[in-house]
This record gives sequence, C-alpha cells and structure tokens, in this order.
Amino acid sequence: MILAYFRSLAARFFHRSQTENDLEEELRSHIQLRADELERFGLGRAEAERRARIEFGSQEKFREECREAIAGNFIDVLLQDVRFSLRMLRKSPGFAAIVVLTIALGIGATTAIFSVVDATLLKPLPYSHPEELISIESDLPGINAHDVGMSQPEWQDLQQSGIFEYVSPTWFDENNLTGSSQPARVRLLIVAPDYFALLRAQPQLGRAFDPQYNSPGFIPEILISDALWKRNFGGDPNILEKSVRMDTDLYRIVGVMPPGFDSPGRTAEERNIEIWAATSFYGPPLPDQPARNRRNLPTAIARLKPGLTIAAAQSRVDALVASLQKQFPSDYPNGWGVRLRPLKDIVVGDVRQPLLLLLGAVGLVLLIGCVNVANLLLARASARAHEMAIRRALGAGRARLIRQLLTESLILSLVGGTAGVAIVFAAREPLLRLIPETLPRLNDTSISWSVLIFAVIVSILSGVIFGLAPALQAGRLNLNHALNQDGRGSTGSGERARTRRLLVIAEFALSFVLMIAAGLLLHSFWDLLSARLGFTPQSVMSVRTRLPYPNDASVDKYATAAQEAPFICELLRRCKSLPGVEEAAIGDPAAIPLDQSQRDLNTLEGKLFVTFEGQSAKPDAATLIERSRVTPEYFQLVGIPLLRGRLFNEFDTDTTPQVAVVNEAFARNYWPDGDAIGKRFKSIKPDSPWITIVGVIANARTQSLAQMDVPQLYLNVYQNPAKHLAIFMRGRVDTAAIPDQVRAQVQAVDQTLPVFGAQTLTQTLSDSLAQRRFSMEMITAFAATALLLAAIGIYGVISFMVAERIQEIGIRLALGAQRQNILGMVLGQGLRLALSGAAVGLVGAVIVARLMLSLLYGVNPTDPLTFAGVALLFITVALLACYVPARRAIRVDPMVALRYE
Amino acid sequence: MDYEANLLPGTLDLLILKAVSLGPLHGYGVLLRIGQISGRALLIQQGALYPALFRLVRQGLLKTSWDKSENNRRAKFYELTSKGRKRLREETDGWNRLVAAIASALAAQPQEI
Repeated sequence: MILAYFRSLAARFFHRSQTENDLEEELRSHIQLRADELERFGLGRAEAERRARIEFGSQEKFREECREAIAGNFIDVLLQDVRFSLRMLRKSPGFAAIVVLTIALGIGATTAIFSVVDATLLKPLPYSHPEELISIESDLPGINAHDVGMSQPEWQDLQQSGIFEYVSPTWFDENNLTGSSQPARVRLLIVAPDYFALLRAQPQLGRAFDPQYNSPGFIPEILISDALWKRNFGGDPNILEKSVRMDTDLYRIVGVMPPGFDSPGRTAEERNIEIWAATSFYGPPLPDQPARNRRNLPTAIARLKPGLTIAAAQSRVDALVASLQKQFPSDYPNGWGVRLRPLKDIVVGDVRQPLLLLLGAVGLVLLIGCVNVANLLLARASARAHEMAIRRALGAGRARLIRQLLTESLILSLVGGTAGVAIVFAAREPLLRLIPETLPRLNDTSISWSVLIFAVIVSILSGVIFGLAPALQAGRLNLNHALNQDGRGSTGSGERARTRRLLVIAEFALSFVLMIAAGLLLHSFWDLLSARLGFTPQSVMSVRTRLPYPNDASVDKYATAAQEAPFICELLRRCKSLPGVEEAAIGDPAAIPLDQSQRDLNTLEGKLFVTFEGQSAKPDAATLIERSRVTPEYFQLVGIPLLRGRLFNEFDTDTTPQVAVVNEAFARNYWPDGDAIGKRFKSIKPDSPWITIVGVIANARTQSLAQMDVPQLYLNVYQNPAKHLAIFMRGRVDTAAIPDQVRAQVQAVDQTLPVFGAQTLTQTLSDSLAQRRFSMEMITAFAATALLLAAIGIYGVISFMVAERIQEIGIRLALGAQRQNILGMVLGQGLRLALSGAAVGLVGAVIVARLMLSLLYGVNPTDPLTFAGVALLFITVALLACYVPARRAIRVDPMVALRYE
Repeated sequence: MDYEANLLPGTLDLLILKAVSLGPLHGYGVLLRIGQISGRALLIQQGALYPALFRLVRQGLLKTSWDKSENNRRAKFYELTSKGRKRLREETDGWNRLVAAIASALAAQPQEI
C-alpha cells in the first residue's frame, strides 16, 4: 500500500518530463491551428503566428496553471518545487555547501545532546509499567534528617498496607567473591525475595528468587549479571546450580540476568550490580527480632497497586504512618515521615538541570546558525532579485514564489539535518566518551526513533526559521525597481539591509546569553579549582580492600577490634615498606577525600545515630552524623592540621576508653559557645560505649569541593573496626605498579581478600568535578561557536554595507574626509549593532543566570566581573570582525570608487 | 468585436463539457465550438481554456487522444467519458433550475409579494 504510493510518487517525479512535453506540444498545436485560421483571413504566416501568440495570453502563466491542474495536489507541486530548487542549488554549490555545513553542525550538536536528554530524562525506565515504580524514603523531621532508611518492622507494615503490590528494601554492598582465580570484589545488591517480581524482570537463564520466601536469614541462592557471568565464569552455559563463596558463605547460582539489565539506583555503582542476594531482613547476620527503631535498611523501592496515583498512595501512607506513630510512640521520638517519589527521579538524580541547560545552549547555537543562514540567504536574495522580478513579471504568483523559496530552505535544512545526524552517528563512540561515566542511563543513549523524529522536526523548524525572512522579502518585491535597477541599490535591498542588521543584533543577543552562561560556569569552576582544599592530595594514593562479613558471626575472623587490629598493623607495616612509600594509613572508604562513588551510596555504613551526653532533654532524641574511621597516621598523611587537643595515638586500643577527633565545623555546630574537647556521645545501638572527643582538626573540603564547613567526625579503626578499608600511601610511588604491589602485601596477610579501586587523590578530586567540567566545557564550546557565528554574521553585514556605500565613501574621500573618520564610521556601525545585541542579550542573560543558580559555586549570578569580562570580549570580537571590511573601506581609491558601475 | 459576456465562475467547465459532448474536439476546436453554439456571445481567453481542460481530464470527465486535425496537424482530442456525460446532465439540470429561479425572481412584481 505505502510502497505503491511511493512508487507512484517516484514515477510522477521522474516521468514528469513526458507530460511536460505533451503540454508543450499541445500549446504549440493550438497556436498553429489558430495561425492557420488567421492565415485564411489573409495574414502572412509570420504575422499570423505572432497574432496567435498574443491572443493566447501569457504562455508562462497558463503553462503554470496547467501544471497545477495536472498535478492537482499538493505533493505534485511540492515535487516540482523540489526539482526546481535542486536545480537552483546545483547552480551555486559553494553557497549550498556553507549553509548545509552550518545547519549540519547545529543540528548534529542539538541531536547529540537531545539523544542524551532523551535517554536520561524522557525515556521511561526500562521495566514493565515503570509509572508504578516508586522509591520510598523515610525522614525524621524532629532532627531534620532525610532519607534515613527504614527498619524491618516498618517494611512489613508497608508491605501489608495494601497500597503497594510489592515493597523491597535494597541494600547496596560490596562483597568478596572467592572461587575464581583471584578474590574479586563484587557489587552486591541485597533485596527482598520479591524484588524481581516487583521489577517484573526475568533472568535470561535460570529463575528468580521465590517471592514467597519468608524464613530467617539469606536465601542461599544468588542471581548474577550477564557481565559477571561472561567475565568470571567465561559465559559457562552450565553455570546454574554452581556454587560460589561470598564472604566465606556458600551460595548457589540460580539465574543469570540478561545483558543490559540494570538495577534502578542513584549512582553508577548501584546500577551496575553484579550479584543479587535476597533475604527476609531478619535472622543471622541481622537481628532475629528486629527493632522498630533500628533503621538498617538503607533504601527501598516499591510497585504501586495498579491504578493508584502517587498522590493517592502518599495520602494513604501518611495515614498509616500517623497511626503507627500513635501505636509505638517510644520508637518515634523524632517523628517519622515516609516520602514516595517516582523511581525515575531517583535514577536521574540531579542531572536534570545541567542537561536542560546544555540542550538550551545547543538550541541557541542552532538558532544563531539559522540566523546566520538567513543572513546569507538575504545576501543571495539581492543577487536573485532580478530573477525573482522576472518570474513575477511572467506571472508567477506571490504565494508561489514564497513557497518556492521556502522549499529551497527546507531542502537545505533537511540535507543539513541528515548530514548532521550522519556525523553524530559516525562519531557516536568518541562523543559518548566525552560524557562523564557517572551520568545515569548512559547505556540507554542511542540514535533512537524519537531522536530521529526530533532531528527531522528541528530540521524543518530551522528551515522555516531561516527561510521565512528571505521568502517574505521576495514576496514584497517591487517589480519596477527590481527590473529597472538590476536589483542593486534598490529599495528592496534597503529593507533587506535593515532585516540583516536586525538579524545580526539577534545573533549577538543570543550569543551574549550563552557567553554569560559559559562565563559564570568557568568562573565557578575556576573558583572550585583554586579553592583552598585544607588537605594535600598530591602524591597520595588510595587502594581499597574489604574484610569478609560472614552471615554466621562465629566464623568471622575480624569480628571485633581486637581481632582486626593485628591485620591492620601488619598491613600498615608491609605497605610502608613498599618502594617509594613514605607514609601509610588505613581508613574506611568514607575517609577517602571527595570520593563520590561512595558518598552518594546510602549504605548507612558511614552514618551513625548518636546521642550527646547531657545535651538533650529528650534522652531518646538521636542525631544522625557522618563518620569516618581511620588509623592515627591518617591526619598527618592527608595534611589536615590539629587545632586543639590531640590526635589518636598508639595508646588508644580496644581496651581503653573510646576517643574521637572532630573538625572545627563539627565543634562549632554542636558546641557553638563551648569547647568540644572532653564532650562525650554514644551510638544509640544497645550497649554502645561513651566516646570522648579528644581533638579538633581544621576544616577541609574532604566531603565536597564546594563546602568547607561540613561537620566531620573521625573514630579510631583500632577501636571501631571497619570491614570496608582504604589503604592510603604518600610518596613517590609507581601508580601503575601499586595495585599489584598492594595486592601482594594484602594477600600475604590474608589471601582471600580482594584488592581494587586504586586511585590517586588528585584523580579522585578531578573525578569529583567530572560532571561540572563536562557542563562547563560543553557550554564554553557552544558559546565560542556562537560568538564565532555572530562574528561571521557581523562581518558579512558590515562588508555588505561597505560594498554598497563604496561610491559614497569614495566621494567623501575625494572631498577630503580623513581615513580615520571613515574607519570610525564603519567601526561605529558595527559597534552599534554589537552593543544593541549585548543590551538585548543582557536581559536574557540575567534571567538565564538566575535559572543556573544551583550550578554555580561561589559566584553571584550577576557577577560583575563575568559580565564585564564577557562584554569586553564581545566588543573586541565585534570590532575585529568589522575591522577587515573597515580597512577595505579606507583603502578605497576615490577614482576607482567613482568610476565603479 | 462581438459583445462579450463575462463568464460566470464555474460555467467554463459546463461549456466545455457541452461543446465536447457534440463530438470529439481539440483544444482550439473547443474554443470555436463554444463561440459557435453561444452565437459568439461568449468568448474565452484562449490560454485560460487549457487549465480547465486539464482539470476536467484529471477529474475523469474527459479523455484524450492524439489525432490529426481537419487541416492535417497533430492535435490532442478531447472526448466525454461516461462520467463526463453524467456530470453534464447534472450540471445542465442545475443550471436550468438556477436560471429559472433567477428569472422568476427578476420577474417578480410588487403586487405579488
């Protein structure tokens, strides 16, 4: 059906010449027949034919009408326009190439950014009925703590509330997988047995967990990812029922998830899960009788009952939460709130704003490109004024001419768009590598149908935008002027010049907005880079390892601080002896400064609920604080100075009272008036000892480059054992060899331990800026392109002006005008255009800068330095672009100019 | 020159159908025939005929064939199709009704109201 339609379309397109010949012959025969008749009245043959032609009327007009009558429908006229346009464009290949290239780059860049936006923000999550999927977050409003996780009884309450089809806590963890050649660290997600039923996901091999499972402890089964299956098990088809050891516990592999299956999570780590394990979240290693106020389930997702909106579910959950708080008042001294959020919001996280900013920026570049092309078309319209006038005189209708010109523009933009998409498609691999890996759903980025449709729509829009002004201008053509004056210097060209000046102002306004955006981001980035860190990342490396966490605590070799201390001591001793290492320390991953990969994970590993001694009237009120555990050498190694009191020392062991070091911000926050040293606090876990603050260290940007004063609490590893460990080394080490060297040392102490995640602190620091750097670089590149296009635009307009006024300039020079004055006049023209543009752009820039507030650091959105700098650069570029034609103006030889024409 | 009545819009198609219904004609012949049957009261600008002819062909009311004219020139001849004949009948009836209605309207006298 469709095929037949296209075939007839093609046939009409290619065989039109047949009908065209027919038409010609018929009209010729008409003239002949009429001439025959006139001849019979006694006219000579030549005179008869002349009269016949005159009587017939405007052949061109009727021929055109006949064509339309034959064509009869829109498509045919369109095809005719298309063929004519192609013919015209073939005649000026240079012009066509410039336009197509400009549009190709604009549409290519826009499409590329859109494909990322599409994958990240627009596409629904790749699960069945994704609109039903939500994330559940708990808040404790009394202490202003958000997203604090939930307890097992709370999970059961939500599960049985009838609001959700399924609710599954999710607990990201790392694990030591043993059994293959090397102990491997794997990314593990601990879920409820109905997790896969919740996501409605099926393994490609084997089966999922039994959703009905409700016995204590872990199901001794795991599902593995396709990547892990191929990497560690060589894609073994007989993988099912094989057993592996994770943290010394034995698990059977019952399923392999399909390639491309990602768990919904907020970080790349959380999404690229390698192993899924399921538990009912009570029984070993968790408590047999879980307490309602023990919030050890960090995050949770759920599927709403079909047909229930999030708002409706939220109000029912609110009622449930209120009644539970009444029922168990002692468990909720700080109140309790449960927030339901679309799961997609969690996965997308905070990239929405930077991505939309990028899309807006690239859209502006495209718009400026379009304006530039419109300018080119207007210049060309001057040259074609004669042609248009003749066609009008021969009877072509105004509407017809406009349609013809618009068709030309659309062809240009569609060819440009196709080229642009082709460029993006060809360069997709290197382009994707530009994007920081932390961007969510990066793997979903592709040139999909929606991206292609977007490209087509944008192409058509661009064509209309840049084609409209020149087309309308042609429609308004004044025939007499155009024909008499050969198109040059006519009133039509005066109007065109005005339009072109307006277009240049628009270009400058748009690029000014972009330049301000880029300037603010650059300034922020520069401030971040040059911010005083408060610690010394240079020549420090961190390497990670992890101690096993068996489900059966009795087989845990590292259960207590006393059991773990010898391992830590021995590992430190060995690492200090590595070549080049001057200092070494051990801490948990929270102690790695600026390590984003760990920070965004809500593992509760780095968080502690504490009560301060004698501070609170309500003895139950707990405070959630973030803490790191380190060995005494840590502070010296990362270069954070001690302000008051003392650091940890070798006399702090598991048998002495527990001590803590806090930073200045922590001390100020909790004891604004007094001294923090000597104050005591303890964890709300039963039987926790009091911990005394013994030292205050200086603030450092270890948590966030943007924030100096995040309260920090450090505990001693020898008193508070950590399972996740980071080994820090300072010195002139061989960064390439260090992973193997450390692995050898770690495994010399315990050969079941994995070693991974080696990085220099400068690398970590740089990674923490990756997304910021990406936005900044992209916006800056777009702004530079925009400025270049605007410069080309103003160059064109000023050159045109100089060419048009060359005679006038010649006369002025002949009459004794100073070349300086001419130069000033031309530059002044350009400057006026640029400044008008900047003035208009200023309004837009202020609005955009306010919208970007959350992306800025330490820079006011109306930062005078940025605005002044951008304005200065702007004027410089405009003057440079005008200087070339201005020089041409002052070099005019009066004699030549006057003889011109 | 003869008195030329301005053609009412839409009547050209009707006249062409009528002219061709009397026998196959080429374009110039259609012109001559219309002049002849209208007693030279209706004249059509020559070029304007062709778009109308092409329109009628596209609507399937006329069919065409190339043939020799009476003075031995190659010309395209137009002929009514059955669809065209039907349309001519309908249009003629419609026209007659219109003329009758307008005539009766114009003949109206004050006392008749």
